[in-house]
Amino acid sequence: MSDSFSSSTERGRPHRIRDALLPVAAHLGTLVLCGFAFWVIMDIVWRGAPGLDWSFFVDEPTSAGRGGGIAPILVSTGLIVITAIAAATPLGLAAAIFLVEFMPTGSRFAAWTSLSLDVLAGVPSIVFGLFGSAFFGLWLGMGFSILSGGLTLACMILPLLVRTTEQGLRMVPDDWRRGAAALGLSRFSAVRLVLLPAAGSAVTAGLLLGLGRATAETAALIYTSGYVDRMPSSLFDSGRALSVHIYDLAMNVAGGDENAYASALVLILFLIVVNVAAMSISDFLLRKKVST
Amino acid sequence: MFLRTPDSRFAFGLGIGAVCVSSILLLIFLFVTGEALPALKNVGLRGFLFDDAWYPTDESFGLVPMLVSSFVLSVGAILLAGPVGVAAAVYRLYYAPSWIRKPYRWLVLLLAGMPSVVLGLWGLVVLVPLIARIEPPGTSLIAGILVVSLMVAPTVTIMSESALEGVARSSWSGAAALGLSRESTLWNVVLPAARGGIAAGILLAAARAIGETMAVLMVTGNIVQMPDGPFSAVRVLTSNIALEMAYATGDHRAALFVSGLALTILVLLLSLTAARIAGLKNNV
Amino acid sequence: MKTGPYTDKNDASGSGYTLGPVVSGPECCTPEAVIAVRGLDVAYDGVAALKDVSLDIYKGCVTALIGPSGCGKSTFLSSLNRLTDMSGGCRVSGSITVDGWNIHAPEVNLQELRRKVGMIFQRPNPFPFSVRRNLDMPLREHGISNRYEREERIETALIDVGLWDEVRDRLDASALSLSGGQQQRLCIARALILKPSILLMDEPCSALDPLSSATVESMVGSLRGRYTVVVATHNLAQARRIANYAAFFWVKDRAGALIEYDTCGRLFETPKHKLTAAYVTGIAG
Repeated sequence: MSDSFSSSTERGRPHRIRDALLPVAAHLGTLVLCGFAFWVIMDIVWRGAPGLDWSFFVDEPTSAGRGGGIAPILVSTGLIVITAIAAATPLGLAAAIFLVEFMPTGSRFAAWTSLSLDVLAGVPSIVFGLFGSAFFGLWLGMGFSILSGGLTLACMILPLLVRTTEQGLRMVPDDWRRGAAALGLSRFSAVRLVLLPAAGSAVTAGLLLGLGRATAETAALIYTSGYVDRMPSSLFDSGRALSVHIYDLAMNVAGGDENAYASALVLILFLIVVNVAAMSISDFLLRKKVST
Repeated sequence: MFLRTPDSRFAFGLGIGAVCVSSILLLIFLFVTGEALPALKNVGLRGFLFDDAWYPTDESFGLVPMLVSSFVLSVGAILLAGPVGVAAAVYRLYYAPSWIRKPYRWLVLLLAGMPSVVLGLWGLVVLVPLIARIEPPGTSLIAGILVVSLMVAPTVTIMSESALEGVARSSWSGAAALGLSRESTLWNVVLPAARGGIAAGILLAAARAIGETMAVLMVTGNIVQMPDGPFSAVRVLTSNIALEMAYATGDHRAALFVSGLALTILVLLLSLTAARIAGLKNNV
Repeated sequence: MKTGPYTDKNDASGSGYTLGPVVSGPECCTPEAVIAVRGLDVAYDGVAALKDVSLDIYKGCVTALIGPSGCGKSTFLSSLNRLTDMSGGCRVSGSITVDGWNIHAPEVNLQELRRKVGMIFQRPNPFPFSVRRNLDMPLREHGISNRYEREERIETALIDVGLWDEVRDRLDASALSLSGGQQQRLCIARALILKPSILLMDEPCSALDPLSSATVESMVGSLRGRYTVVVATHNLAQARRIANYAAFFWVKDRAGALIEYDTCGRLFETPKHKLTAAYVTGIAG
């Protein structure tokens, strides 16, 4: 603390090295992180772009994915992700609304749910894969199917969904809850007509983040939705997700790199769109929160 | 009787949803443990720890080399990602020109959301050949460490940023009133005040690192052996599950569930500790 | 199931307290009790907030609740429409009857009670929707399915609170874009539109600037005769200007208690209790 009394000419002498280190380290760390991030992104764009054309999106893969396109894989991915969102949304909303609007704060159930969601958020995706194949695949008899993969992903994104919805609801001022009650609205109407619309952007942001998370997932899908690369005809068919496709091309198919890169580019372009949308919404929320 | 009004029916429905959500974790434990049980019975803890090697088809279930590999890989990744991640957070909050802050944050979030399989692809195609120039074949522990540290650094950055932002403005003005320089304030006031949140971020990053599957699987060579240097090929617990679930049966399959259970418990401990630390910080 | 006045949903016209012209309202201060409170105790998490309050509130009159902050005025108000139910640890005992009906009886339909007993809060709390939707939504939720009727009632309510001319061409703008005073008047319109017979107001002017405050105050005054109004305020001058009756609350033994209740004139001019005298002359509180 000696520098608190030092004059500007000898400012910080006792810790000159330490104090100079901080900005250097901060810049260096940032440079390294951004450098690598750019490297990865540029590499994917550079190698992936040549393979991207219209036929890549609409053709079936040929010779184990070396040639052709990714049409059935896109369809499977879409179905898996839609299943996940469709299963997770009602459950996640119900849980969040119940926790915020119907549970007294500090209740034991709320504490347990909150803890279990925190832990669930940290469970490795391969363990979700194990669980999914044992529970949905074997026990419920869904086998390798889009349904089984989608439901496994639903479990994975639930913590995210519940958390964002919870935060959104907690940001809604109590004034509106009392206002709704004083107008004689039922709890159901208050939630449906006032609270959910008011928390709507937070819920949407959470859904988009969940969508991104589900689309990016690989390990949980290999042993649940499987890796059949044909066009699925129903939710009970096995279907190969885009990320599984990338993995398979890179690891198991010699000469699959080009299409792996093109698929990776498709994947990250989609993720960028989804994440930018989610972030714009949450930035908007933040501004609104600051302004009111 | 108590379902008389539509409102209590509504609450009841929501409650069912909430119970479902909160029982998923139990369900996971139940099923993973259930599937692991035969191996725990037949092989036993002793087998997993003291068998010489992992030859599950020959009743040899030594998990130790993979446990050690997982551990070394995570520690290595954290040693790289921790400082870099914190530095990146400090830069954005205190050194970055204002126009850079937003795109920079988006870049970090983009990296955080990068699918592990894409990072694995990059590692396999770009990084591994580079390492192979130093020592072939390139698929190695160090490749895994680099890729995983790239994956978890954004976690550290994001958590550190919110911890640093949480340090009250009054601490800043108090330090300024004492005539402390910016660096001095950061070292003496802000970083110590935010250390709980930063530590929690690092623990969460460690949990992510130890649970990471795809990227590691794609770049580490997957040979079951004790790592004896940064360039040796290793196989971690997660990759082992992903590689062998396809054909494993009987005790072998159950053994994979045992390693899944071990992973879950490890990650659970890490995230609980992180939550505890972050919670402590909030109470101060 | 037994039906009380708060159980039939579509009776919107009710007791004659409708949004007619001000002059046609009933004579004020017919001492006919519309709310009767007997031995009311309210406690939050075991800590008493209000102890043994008994009073009658007369039909068509403005009753002011005065007293320092923390003396239980707001708690008293929210127990009248059972908004106290919303706070988890809140226990209410004693009896409250509205129009002769015990509001704690099991067959009471809470939503209908709250429609009949409207409430205005200290901070204006319009919902984050358009002006129109703020008024339209409660009507629809209370089963008014005829669109023309709803539009008519929206217009009447806005005219009644003197907001019509200010917002008629921006009914679809966000209610949050209105000024504080306009927001508060919108909230009053939102309560009036359900044709309540009783209005509870919790410091309706204290979060407003002086000018808006005066507008809202004169509006509350104009409700006299048509509605039974109970208004909590710590602005004594305001209470004298608008109220027929005044109740003075004070903190006694760490809980709010009713000290004196009388017509406004008598309470301010010739208070019986020396605490009241001290408070209204500005010596205490």
